[in-house]
Amino acid sequence: MIEEPRAEVALRQLKFRDPDTARRLVRTLERVTKEIGRSPVSVMHVCGSHEQAISKFGLRATFPKDLNVIMGPGCPVCITDMPEVDEGVALARQGCVIASYGDMLRVRGTALSLNDAQAEGATVEVVYSATQAVELAREMPDREVVFFATGFETTAVATAAIVRSELPKNFSVLSAHKYIPPAMEIVAEMPETRVEGFLAAGHAATITGWGIFEPFVERHRIPVVVAGFEPLDILAGLARLVELVRDETPTVVNMFPRCVTKEGNLRAQEELWSVFRPIGGRWRGIAHVPKGNLRLRDEWAHVDARRRFTIDLAALWDGVPPALAADCVCGDIMSGISTPTDCKLFGRECVPDAPVGACMVSSEGACRIWHQYGGHPNLEAL
Amino acid sequence: MSTLAIEARERITLRHGSGGRAMRALIEDVFLQRVEANASPQDVGPEAMDDGAALWIGDRWIVVTTDSHVVHPVFFPGGDIGRLSICGTVNDLAMMGATEVLGLTCGVILEEGFLREDLERIQASMAEACREAGARIVTGDTKVMGRGEIDGIVLNTAGVAATGRVVRDCGLSVGDRIIVTGAVGDHGLAILAARHGLKLEGDLASDVAPINGLVRAALSAGGDGVIAMKDPTRGGLSSALHEMAQKSGVGIVLEEVAVPVHEPVRAAADLLGIDPLHVANEGKAVIGVRADAADAVLEALRAHPLGREAAIVARCIAERPGNVILDTGFGKRLLSEPEGELLPRIC
Amino acid sequence: MCLGVPGRVVSVREGFAEVDFWGVRREVCLDIVDEPVAPGDYILNHVGFAIRRIPAEDIAQTLALYETLLAEAPSNDLMVADVRGEISATGKR
Repeated sequence: MIEEPRAEVALRQLKFRDPDTARRLVRTLERVTKEIGRSPVSVMHVCGSHEQAISKFGLRATFPKDLNVIMGPGCPVCITDMPEVDEGVALARQGCVIASYGDMLRVRGTALSLNDAQAEGATVEVVYSATQAVELAREMPDREVVFFATGFETTAVATAAIVRSELPKNFSVLSAHKYIPPAMEIVAEMPETRVEGFLAAGHAATITGWGIFEPFVERHRIPVVVAGFEPLDILAGLARLVELVRDETPTVVNMFPRCVTKEGNLRAQEELWSVFRPIGGRWRGIAHVPKGNLRLRDEWAHVDARRRFTIDLAALWDGVPPALAADCVCGDIMSGISTPTDCKLFGRECVPDAPVGACMVSSEGACRIWHQYGGHPNLEAL
Repeated sequence: MSTLAIEARERITLRHGSGGRAMRALIEDVFLQRVEANASPQDVGPEAMDDGAALWIGDRWIVVTTDSHVVHPVFFPGGDIGRLSICGTVNDLAMMGATEVLGLTCGVILEEGFLREDLERIQASMAEACREAGARIVTGDTKVMGRGEIDGIVLNTAGVAATGRVVRDCGLSVGDRIIVTGAVGDHGLAILAARHGLKLEGDLASDVAPINGLVRAALSAGGDGVIAMKDPTRGGLSSALHEMAQKSGVGIVLEEVAVPVHEPVRAAADLLGIDPLHVANEGKAVIGVRADAADAVLEALRAHPLGREAAIVARCIAERPGNVILDTGFGKRLLSEPEGELLPRIC
Repeated sequence: MCLGVPGRVVSVREGFAEVDFWGVRREVCLDIVDEPVAPGDYILNHVGFAIRRIPAEDIAQTLALYETLLAEAPSNDLMVADVRGEISATGKR
């Protein structure tokens, strides 16, 4: 038991980090995986924060050998497509102040990242919250401040809230927000996918509710478990998911009741869909995802950076090295079909400092982890 | 600024100054290419990329180090650029085993328009830090540049000390233990919270302090049992351990639960998606000790006001040389090296 | 995909709450939380916005979920007995 001095609730929260309970849940996970009797059993989570938690707590080392937990297209940093990054970079080089979450600064577009633009003299400010981006615009009335808004529906709701509030004239939004359910459809429909169950992201489901997954389960006949982000949440979520696979009962199970209800946060949904509309778009390294991108509706054109500015992408694209993206197999990696070593760019043209595909961009991406550590190292013996 | 064609030549970015792999690569590729051999074979020169240099003169070592400080904001909870410049150099000398400072230099570069009262306040805290460290500024230099040519103030300090025994950052072998002299993450998070206007209220203050007295206590208690020391500044405990592991050719297993982290730092790190093991410290040391000397050194550290929370946090193994394996209490993973500037994350 | 952190509400003023995250405090915007929030409540924070009020009893409910997971294991499994003891201990507090 971790014996740090913590408040009562933190102690109860610690129950979600208690190593002894974790070890017991790992044994349940091993037992049920064996009972399925196939190897490997592939399940997928679609959330960067799940991968972050799995990595942070070192859980991957505890998963049964026969259970393949695949990181799906769930990290907004890595699936934001190159043209969207290029739009942010172009506006920065055209003299706008770009306010962005810290995650996006290193991500390269076709040629440059926001960090590169900053090194050339552009102004890029890191913000922790959308409200901070608005404050930035108030502090710099003589500059156009563009909020490079990234992230899934959970983060898009915060952007929606500020778009509906009273804004200074020099503030606009460049939306690169994504919506996850359509991407799950894409992966589930891929014929060669061997995913037998999904671990759904707890915080996104806090907004959308878990009811949204019922039609998905009806159509694809594979179970979905909604899980939180503490070690016990993830282990319990996976144990429940593997049980559903064993019993062949495709249903939706909510293992995160402290945050997720069936209908979700209705107020947030109303704000989200009053400001954004879903349209089709390419996710980096995957494919065209119908209804996967969120763009500002017409009634908010006055704060839409794409309509306020002519974004000069041509200047970025001439003199650009040949597109390597065509050879990138991140889409197959995120769908559980290939591994990093199947890609001919891996470790050559595509390296952490010059990432091509989504799985090398994210610090938790499969390619980044394989490049740094050489596959999933077996450390338990050390 | 018109739309420019893509610049073909490579430019220096912030990543090259953040204490991680990119910085070490830049130093090796640019600065260490055309370096002459050391005066005598056992000298510690620039190629060692240690916290300082050690030159054998007469019957003892003269240890030299230099550091530039460009922290923003200039005044921050727990200290300022003045205190930071003195402590940074005193601590680098101490990491080489030289805890009696012979003299410090101080080069100041000021921007036209910099407030005199701010300069006086910075000088006062430099004097205070010197008193704490038992050190004196023996010479200096002052320059002023035009408005906009530099951002406020830059301080460079160099330090000279003598010692009979130099402690490197590369002497670890299998079975040795690693001690950290206190809680990690205080400095980096105090700066981050102040810099990005994150409006976090709480006890987030830099730990900047001269630790030459603390290191002296450890050396007298452990003697030759103290075999490696490193300053976990930029890149935090993770960078320090990776460098020590790579230079010593050992693997290191770090017990995450054993690493002391103050509550506000842990809370802020969780909120911002940052790992405290990657965050800079300015009043801590990472000390490699033989197993049989570990308890004596730990006891001496904890008896010192700056070492109350010292803890044994890791051990050296033969497997996976150059890597740091983190035992999280749930499972084991390879600890990543920090890359580039620490930024708040949302995913 | 979304870093969410729980915290305890210290005070509330129009549209914002002062929230304690076990060591640091920060103001959190209440525009998109779907229930009224009062001091002492727990909220889930994401990028400076409260996206959920976490009822204290829901935390206990999550623990009960573990019970169902372990309950289906054969009762002679030593592990089950340990965890049941621990979960009931939680309930008593």
